[in-house]
Amino acid sequence: MVVRQRRPNTPETPLYTRADVERLSVERREPEWLHHSRLAAWELYEEIPMPSLKEEEWRRTDYRHIRWNEASPLVAQNGAGLDVVPQYNLEPLIGSEKGGLMVFVDSKLVHADIPETLRRQGVIFTDLQTACREHEALVRPNLMTKAVRPGDGKFAALHAAMWTHGVFVYVPRHKAVDIPLHVVMYNTHPGATLGHVLVVVEENAQATMLVDYASSDVQSQSSYIGATELLVDEAANLRFVELQDWNRETFEFSHKRALVGREGNLDWVVGTMGGKLVKAFIEVDLIGQGAAGRVSGMFFADKGQLFDHDTQQNHNAPLTRSDLLFKGAAKDRARTVWQGMIKSLPKMQKIDGFQANRNLLLSEDARMDGIPGLEIEADDVRCTHAATFGTLEDVPVFYLMSRGITRKDAELMVIQGFFDELLERIPFEGVRARLHDALEAKIVG
Amino acid sequence: MGATLEIRNLHVSIEDKPILRGVNLTVHQGETHALMGPNGSGKSTLANVLAGHPAYEITDGEVLLDGESLLELEADERSRAGIFLAFQYPVSIPGITLANFLRQAINARMKAENPDSKGISIPEFRRLMKEKMDFLHIDHAFAGRYLNEGFSGGEKKRAEILQMAVLNPRLAILDETDSGLDIDALRVVAEGVNKLKGREMGALVITHYQRILNYIKPDYVHVMFQGQIVESGGADLALKLEEAGYDWVRAKQIAHG
Repeated sequence: MVVRQRRPNTPETPLYTRADVERLSVERREPEWLHHSRLAAWELYEEIPMPSLKEEEWRRTDYRHIRWNEASPLVAQNGAGLDVVPQYNLEPLIGSEKGGLMVFVDSKLVHADIPETLRRQGVIFTDLQTACREHEALVRPNLMTKAVRPGDGKFAALHAAMWTHGVFVYVPRHKAVDIPLHVVMYNTHPGATLGHVLVVVEENAQATMLVDYASSDVQSQSSYIGATELLVDEAANLRFVELQDWNRETFEFSHKRALVGREGNLDWVVGTMGGKLVKAFIEVDLIGQGAAGRVSGMFFADKGQLFDHDTQQNHNAPLTRSDLLFKGAAKDRARTVWQGMIKSLPKMQKIDGFQANRNLLLSEDARMDGIPGLEIEADDVRCTHAATFGTLEDVPVFYLMSRGITRKDAELMVIQGFFDELLERIPFEGVRARLHDALEAKIVG
Repeated sequence: MGATLEIRNLHVSIEDKPILRGVNLTVHQGETHALMGPNGSGKSTLANVLAGHPAYEITDGEVLLDGESLLELEADERSRAGIFLAFQYPVSIPGITLANFLRQAINARMKAENPDSKGISIPEFRRLMKEKMDFLHIDHAFAGRYLNEGFSGGEKKRAEILQMAVLNPRLAILDETDSGLDIDALRVVAEGVNKLKGREMGALVITHYQRILNYIKPDYVHVMFQGQIVESGGADLALKLEEAGYDWVRAKQIAHG
């Protein structure tokens, strides 16, 4: 029998103290209210135990091989600038047209390109630290109070207490931002970063946005404790794409949640390619009558990666529609988990909820789990769910080969074809091409 | 020089169950052979084995293309050597458009001949597709659709013939291309085959029914029964089968013991 023991000196929890929270807040000369909210979150953090494998949400995701002594010290400001970020992360999203661009390196804002047209429209596109000081009236009521809350879990509380950097987007009512907004969070050093994305799209306004998360290869472990909050108001429209490509020493624990108001519309794409271990909670709350949310997830795990996506579609108003599709592949010894839930409050009639998870197993040693779920407390509803698992079948590959295409190319085509419907949901051509290449590298590599 | 396909004493099993039990057949380029027989006689197995389907186990015999063993080759190599199978049940592959697929197939041929080839240019490919689609009365919008995804039975068969027209094989095997086609679709498909077959292309037309042979005139007709070719003759053999049915073949086999 093999008995594995933890190395005796490896701590089991992140190495932070209340003093770290204090110092962080003071160093950044944060307003009083923020200082207090961080400390309140810290108290909550101390009360919540570390997630254990006994909890259903964490049962399949053992993260205890994280070395908190490496992964919890905050990445220090080190002078790294825009020049360390790969060019493909900085390319314009649509054609050659410049959109809004904000780049963080090692949690420090190193570049902000905010076109004048945005300012003229009254749009705020700024780093969260600045926003907390300059736009308290807009930030304070929305920052971790409506979508992601400190009480959502151990890592949500830690994030609320210790977030290091972030972005704030505010689109005032009736304004349509027609240029895309792009945020890059890039790390060059090991350690912890805690990034925050807060997007507020007011009544009848609209925006399109991409957030890239990536890091260069380093030898020791890192953690990313993230939060994404999307507040889509009445009749507002948000297209939001998040792509993650951390290095293979990064552990990500994220809470992402969107609220969609009456007749509002959210189109959300989440791509997961990098990291050593990813645990992401992704929730859409449809809170106004007629609200609609589409959530598309694509992931490709290889080598020893573990991706765990936990999704929830909450129908909290009648006539709401949700459509969730998570498609992924796993090769080598990789492991993936998707666990989904559609919930409705009682008497929420005429709701239409859909969830599907399609898995492509590319090796016998890989393992993929897909666990759909429904909790519906209304009767006049249409809710469907499905999880499917397939291997790279001989039949389509043979079909392509029978026309002269080599096995390698045929397999590549079938796998790319599998992801195509998700790539098509990304409204930026250059980003689609970049993802296409990233998939190819994973398939061939 | 014309291509010659020789099948000699071919025995094939699937999951240890013998399906083909000594098939002998020679097809020269330019000839059209019809292979008929009742369901389960092994016709489709023969088609799939010739194309290189990996699920079948060849237990004896050989297949030669111009004297070279075909069985040694992977499916893609066979295709590039000039073998084409029009599938009975073409699979749909989401995410790959018919045009993209055919361009890759052409490029694979060009790359096999010359590793430095950049492949067919987009304008040239467009011109080729347009020409072949017009020739087969296929709507141009077809090229942009995912491969066989949501295609009707007739559309799938027509797409197979389009692939054949674009890839220009030396020997085409049509596996029940007529099944499920209405008379108009059958006529279009047969017309396509007729324009391609001839000096350049030999054809092995596999069918359960005689109907398609009214449109595609065979030089030879063979009857397969229980994994063997038990009758061979001219076009009149098909008519005889049409009248007498396969019971006649069955009775004859039993009589022969």
